[in-house]
Amino acid sequence: MMDAEITHSRQKELYSPNFTVIEPETGWQLINWRELWRYRDLFFFLVWRDVKTRYAQSILGVGWAVIQPLFTMVVFTIVFGNLAKVDSEGLPYAIFSYTALVPWTYFSGSLSSSSSSLLSARGMISKVYYPRLVIPVAPVLSKLIDFGIALLILFGLMLWFRVSPTIWALSLPLLILIMMLTATGMGMWLTALAIQYRDINYATGFFVTLFMYASPVVYAASSVPEQYRTWYALNPMAGVIEGFRSALLGSNPMPWEMIGIGAGVSLLLFVSGALYFRRMERIFADVV
Amino acid sequence: MNDIAIKVENLSKRYRIGLQEEMHDTLVGAMVDWLKRPAHNFRRLRRLTQFDDNVPVAGDQPSVLAPSSSEAPDIIWALKDVSFEVKRGEVVGIIGRNGAGKSTLLKILSRITHPTSGRIEIDGRVSSLLEVGTGFHPELTGRENIYLNGTILGMTRAEIDRKFDEIVDFSGVEKFIDTPVKFYSSGMGVRLAFSVAAHLEPEILLVDEVLAVGDAEFQKKCLGKMDEVAGEGRTVLFVSHNMATIRQLCETAILFDEGGVEMKGGVDCCIEKYLETSEQRFGTILQHGVKHTDDISISNFQVNNQPNDEISLADTDTELIVDVWGYAHHPVILCQEARIVNLFGENIAVYSPGHMYGLPLPYPIGDFHIHSIIKLPRLTKGRYFISFFLTHPSVKGYWDFPNGLMLEVEGVLTKTGNAFESQRGVGYFVLDGETQYDQ
Repeated sequence: MMDAEITHSRQKELYSPNFTVIEPETGWQLINWRELWRYRDLFFFLVWRDVKTRYAQSILGVGWAVIQPLFTMVVFTIVFGNLAKVDSEGLPYAIFSYTALVPWTYFSGSLSSSSSSLLSARGMISKVYYPRLVIPVAPVLSKLIDFGIALLILFGLMLWFRVSPTIWALSLPLLILIMMLTATGMGMWLTALAIQYRDINYATGFFVTLFMYASPVVYAASSVPEQYRTWYALNPMAGVIEGFRSALLGSNPMPWEMIGIGAGVSLLLFVSGALYFRRMERIFADVV
Repeated sequence: MNDIAIKVENLSKRYRIGLQEEMHDTLVGAMVDWLKRPAHNFRRLRRLTQFDDNVPVAGDQPSVLAPSSSEAPDIIWALKDVSFEVKRGEVVGIIGRNGAGKSTLLKILSRITHPTSGRIEIDGRVSSLLEVGTGFHPELTGRENIYLNGTILGMTRAEIDRKFDEIVDFSGVEKFIDTPVKFYSSGMGVRLAFSVAAHLEPEILLVDEVLAVGDAEFQKKCLGKMDEVAGEGRTVLFVSHNMATIRQLCETAILFDEGGVEMKGGVDCCIEKYLETSEQRFGTILQHGVKHTDDISISNFQVNNQPNDEISLADTDTELIVDVWGYAHHPVILCQEARIVNLFGENIAVYSPGHMYGLPLPYPIGDFHIHSIIKLPRLTKGRYFISFFLTHPSVKGYWDFPNGLMLEVEGVLTKTGNAFESQRGVGYFVLDGETQYDQ
């Protein structure tokens, strides 16, 4: 009889779009796309708020999106290019490092804001319902604006240094997608952990800095010993950054193997991150 | 078509409170503790989300979750086995003391938090209003905030487009609609936020004590709007401590007590019962106001230097010594406020040194202690409540403790040995004066 009743209400749920059943949730769930779609306007406004308020009341405004990678490039060129004489595969060190800094700045920026996103949104979490998943995803999207601007500067630098892109520049969207998946996946993991264990918040900044040295930002992936290269490729950013260099600067043939491994890992991070996030989601409001 | 809008069955919700600090009085003890801390902290934080379900439970029905004596002491049941139904178009007041489970119920219904057991069926589009202005961003303009806040509350962009003019009109801030909200006076901000909320058009509306914002004029306007909403055949669940508002808006009510439904029925019966059950707790401080917000945490609240909840008051013409201890998470301006509330939830007297004498004090980050002596007027016989608040006067409320203290007043004896009783309609205050009888 009980079963019949439940089936009955399940049917009702199908008929009427606004019929909701609230029950204790157990087990693992993946993304609820239908619900996300219903909240698309909110998603849009959250991303837009992020973009709009990021540089509010600052003198340089969106100029900060350019200054950060550009100044880092200058410092890296002096320290790693001139003093440490890191091998830049025959390219000027400035453009060699800037090409890596464009995706890296995007990745590290979106990873840090994504992992602190739930904590900064805790006022909203305890007061209103919406799919929590939009919280860590919104900064990953909004940072694309900065990324786009930094990318334009990169094209400018390429003209200046007279470097022409290869046909593989067409694969940039794929690389960007891998990068976004990785940032979102790790962001979902870290932010869901950080809401219960605040240590994660302190550790993220530090972790991102270390992570940079595990990615070919200041050096070329080719300087990693051959036998470790497969392990190295497990870092999705390794394939992405080397991919950027090969596609835009033509320093090497496209490192498809590395990109492939990285894409696999990023997909794994994304799916596991979404699963973990969805599992923890139901307790967010209780522990903030 | 079914005429039940909300059906709640055996709903329970437990929380694990805790995270209390352990104190050490020796240096060695503190150092050993400091070394063991990470492991200890980890277990403690992990426990926040874990419940030991191996507690022997009568029968094997998972939904029977009555707290047994073997359960950890830091588990509290905010709701226990709650069942009720709300018909379509019904406007229901949810009443009960602090901690009775009203807000938890609303949070579960609006899907902010998940139930521990039980089941709810909701038929209709739900909007919940647990706070005014959620997601408001000071750097964005009024126009932008309307869209942001509207979508957060569940409206679509098209819906907001359609109602935009109406919202702006209602708020009365059309002149500043393209000014960033940070330049608004706090009253304007609240009005704009409420206007957005007032234009939600859900089939089921959940409201938690949010009408107590803004100035009196605007409050009246909001109440009117709520009345209108209720009149349109929408289902409304309305939590409030203000019995007058409940009486005005609702025809039925649900009385909560200690996480369970004490009674559901006509609004007058429920209010009567609520006031009656208060009587059994003649204890006076109805609940300790230990509360944490983003701004401050309250650690202790005491009246007349008495650590117990029972406060003896010598007679009606006396003082109330109120002490609040807490911690400010960032610099705040704090002032004590208090109101005397009658049986119907109407405020009949106000104490606010901040407004009267301009005494708001800036408190830096750290511990604070606010000490007030409130002189009570001579009250007529009857029961009164006192609500306490910590506010930045006219700007922001940081902490409220509605009906926190119950006063049982014996009243001033007349020459005939009787006392004026407020329930007999003589009023609330006994006045002194001088009269000469000339013949």
